[in-house]
Amino acid sequence: MNNFIEFDTSSLWVVLPEIFLLSAIVVILLLDLFLNKYSQQVTYYLTQLSLLISGILSFNLIDHPQVIIFSGSFILDNMASVFKVFIMIATMIAMVYSRHYLRAHLLFRSEYFILVLLSILGMMVMVSGYSLLTLYLGLEILSLSLYALIAIAHERVYAIEAALKYFILGAIASAILLYGMSMIYGISGSLNINEIANFVSNTDLNSRRTLIINFGLVFLVIGIAFKLGSVPFHMWVPDVYQGAPTSVTLFISTVPKIAAISILIRILVDGLGSMHSYWSDLFMVLSILSITLGSVVALMQTNIKRMLAYSTISHVGFIMLGFVTGTLTGYSAAIFYTLVYILMSLAAFGMIILLNKQGFEVDQVSDFKGLSKHSPWFALMMLIVMLSMAGIPPLLGFYSKFFILQQIVSSGFITIAIFAVIFAVISTYYYLQIIKFMYFDEIDNKITINASMDMQLVLSMNVILILVVGLFPDFLIQLVLSLF
Amino acid sequence: MGISLLSLLIWLPIFSGVLVIFIGNDRANIARWVSLILSILIFVISLNLYTSFDASTHLMQFVEKLSWISQFNINYHIGVDGISIPLIILTTFSTILVIIAGWEVVTKRCSHYMAAFLMMEGLIIGVFSSLDAILFYVFWEASLIPMLLIIGIWGGVNRVYASIKFFLYTFLGSVFMLLSIIYMYNKGGSFAIIDMHNLKLSFTEQSYIFWAFFMAFAVKVPMFPMHTWLPDAHVQAPTGGSVILAAIMLKMGGYGFFRLSLPIIPDASLEFSEIIIILSLIAIVYIGFIALVQLDIKKLIAYSSISHMGFVTLGIFTVFLSYKQEMIEGSLLGLEGAMVQMISHGFISAAMFLVVGVLYDRLHSREISTYGGVINTMPKFTGFVILFAMANVGLPGTSGFVGEFMVILGAIQANIWYGVLAASTLIIGAAYTLWMVKRVFFGVITNPAVSMLKDINAREFSILAILAIVVLVIGLYPQPVIELMHISIEHLLHQALTSKL
Repeated sequence: MNNFIEFDTSSLWVVLPEIFLLSAIVVILLLDLFLNKYSQQVTYYLTQLSLLISGILSFNLIDHPQVIIFSGSFILDNMASVFKVFIMIATMIAMVYSRHYLRAHLLFRSEYFILVLLSILGMMVMVSGYSLLTLYLGLEILSLSLYALIAIAHERVYAIEAALKYFILGAIASAILLYGMSMIYGISGSLNINEIANFVSNTDLNSRRTLIINFGLVFLVIGIAFKLGSVPFHMWVPDVYQGAPTSVTLFISTVPKIAAISILIRILVDGLGSMHSYWSDLFMVLSILSITLGSVVALMQTNIKRMLAYSTISHVGFIMLGFVTGTLTGYSAAIFYTLVYILMSLAAFGMIILLNKQGFEVDQVSDFKGLSKHSPWFALMMLIVMLSMAGIPPLLGFYSKFFILQQIVSSGFITIAIFAVIFAVISTYYYLQIIKFMYFDEIDNKITINASMDMQLVLSMNVILILVVGLFPDFLIQLVLSLF
Repeated sequence: MGISLLSLLIWLPIFSGVLVIFIGNDRANIARWVSLILSILIFVISLNLYTSFDASTHLMQFVEKLSWISQFNINYHIGVDGISIPLIILTTFSTILVIIAGWEVVTKRCSHYMAAFLMMEGLIIGVFSSLDAILFYVFWEASLIPMLLIIGIWGGVNRVYASIKFFLYTFLGSVFMLLSIIYMYNKGGSFAIIDMHNLKLSFTEQSYIFWAFFMAFAVKVPMFPMHTWLPDAHVQAPTGGSVILAAIMLKMGGYGFFRLSLPIIPDASLEFSEIIIILSLIAIVYIGFIALVQLDIKKLIAYSSISHMGFVTLGIFTVFLSYKQEMIEGSLLGLEGAMVQMISHGFISAAMFLVVGVLYDRLHSREISTYGGVINTMPKFTGFVILFAMANVGLPGTSGFVGEFMVILGAIQANIWYGVLAASTLIIGAAYTLWMVKRVFFGVITNPAVSMLKDINAREFSILAILAIVVLVIGLYPQPVIELMHISIEHLLHQALTSKL
């Protein structure tokens, strides 16, 4: 076992997307010093460009044979590349929406974009991390950028509160995660995922060593559950979603979920896969609690960001159900659900941002009143998004729920499936509530939409994608299945 | 040539709906004409199903099968037999009526209104022709969306409550169906409904699946005690919404029993048939009495709908009682009666709701007490009403008689007391229908507004006349309808009576 980092220039090709993004961040940061207030748009375009290029670079690495480099701390496989491509696409969409929001609320600063790019770098490291240390490093890059992002609206009290809350709780969660990692490292003597996997699978499950692995495992699960925002580690989610500027909420609720899922897969599935029977029980409890609380508490929310926060918690519950199954197809179902959720969440927050006007913050469910009268097109878009989140066919949200349900039923957890669908029906009520405000209420809000054409176009495409992929989901399902 | 016929019938209405949306509310007149022409075209196409259908086989016809989601072996698999075709034609027919009925009345977002009905037409035809369980479920759920919007946007004062209740109720019912479908897939490895028909299931499995299906279909039919959403939905829905709801959407529940429950879980259906029969009889008698005391005309008709749909479930499940007494003849009568009752109720309930619509458009009231003596100002209209009221009562010579008579005959063969209870509807039904007619149309005019009423115009006359003709034709000569489905129902009966254990 060599503990120093081996360096081989040929392996640099494999980390090209990361290297490119890092260089881009440095260049944009430096360039920004020389830009005056009126040419800050340049930062935005450069950000989009660097996202696009690293997306293309990652795309080219799809179907690259699996390699593990840097002494086993970095992996490039299909899952990593596909995840990176999705991260780039989702972020590009999120940035289009962000720009409208930032302009409307005079928050347009180049730091915003740089922080986003930094967090993307963190996520890329997480997605490709193959040792506990790299994974943790990626997670911290991501988290620190997010704390700062939330606080970017520093004149708002709620934003500061959210940032502090996220920071403190996030730090505790990181500490817990790190503690769990140290346990695993202590017993297995290695930080590398595949060496841990070898060690664990060779351990007799009745020996005393299992106790220590289990001990570490619980901490790891808690840390990951916190990052995913599942009950009972969800306390930060509603406050952060509500307090953060909507464009940051949009970002937090979408892209980092891919990173969280990938860290989950790397540690629990790849590393501790042979301990599945131990952690799947934990996941079962976490997901049932998340689905219940997320569906029920969201019913009473009047703040739409808070409502979507609880809806996220319930979606996370569904995602975690996929990991309860313990089959590769089940994990694929969870990934599928994550990708679908991100697509829907982007559109939902995009719709909220769309209604934002100069100095007018949209955050109440009732702000959607009368949308169908003033903009039938976007009311229809919101209708599709909400029904898709509720899981009504033929929209994409149905297939993700279907895939998860099919997997848990085939693993024999029928009662859990019944439980999950009942709460899915309950959660439908608050999605219908928005439809009610848009379509059924006579009261008028005098909504005007003054977003730029690109925002309107991207948002429409985003929603149409939910419908079209819903009608032809085969491609996405095949893609997700090919990741394992 | 028959290959793309069904797909055309599903997708043409949906794309017509999209087209009509894009015409926009500002050009309402164009939207109306386009919708009308398209819906008539779709109706004509659907008649092709009837003319080129081979009624001498129970096999699915016009079959199309394309791979859809390969991972789960889900296919775009459609086809029809003698049970689906009448329902599809009923759907295309009712949609024309609804579009004409909303012609002048709907002024708010007219093109969206028309589009919603067109899309719903396509989705419901999809339900009636799916041969893949997931495809079936997708259409089944998707058809809720336009109905939700129709009730919610164009409905009455309490429309929000009614629409959300409607949606959640039916959604809750159907998710259990989804789970059963998934369960059977995991067991048999196929989502094809025909494969499920042949899937071996133990009795315990069958019982669970039976109740899951029951939740889905009984809510839709609706059966007592899951009927409470229906009066709300009907009262609040606009006339067109009520017509589609009563004429077609309720039939989806009955169709579900036909297509899924009986063939897939025959043993559980046999075991629990008595419970369903009792629930149906409660619907027929008890709901009939509830209808009697209603003050709101639309609510009265809604309850009468529940009561009449009780005959459908009664007819379906008396099959097993007759079978126990080795009277196959009675079983066949029950099943065919249920089918005929569905078709005939489709026309009669549509007519009754249109009648209420005509009155409501004039006085904006559904209270019985508002009216009285309408015959004096609207004689032509009253003529039609009396015909439909008689059909609703089940007078021989109207379509209402045929189905109910067949079901009652089947019930009497199964158990004389069931037959007697079912037959009591002829009295109760006559009581609530004719009493309502008496209070609304006869007597002296007490409300001055009634004396200002104008008789029906050509548009209203034409819809009611068409319906009147259909009701009479089916009543006098039901043979073509019965012949169309006879072989399919015989096959279904054979499936339902073959134990899977």
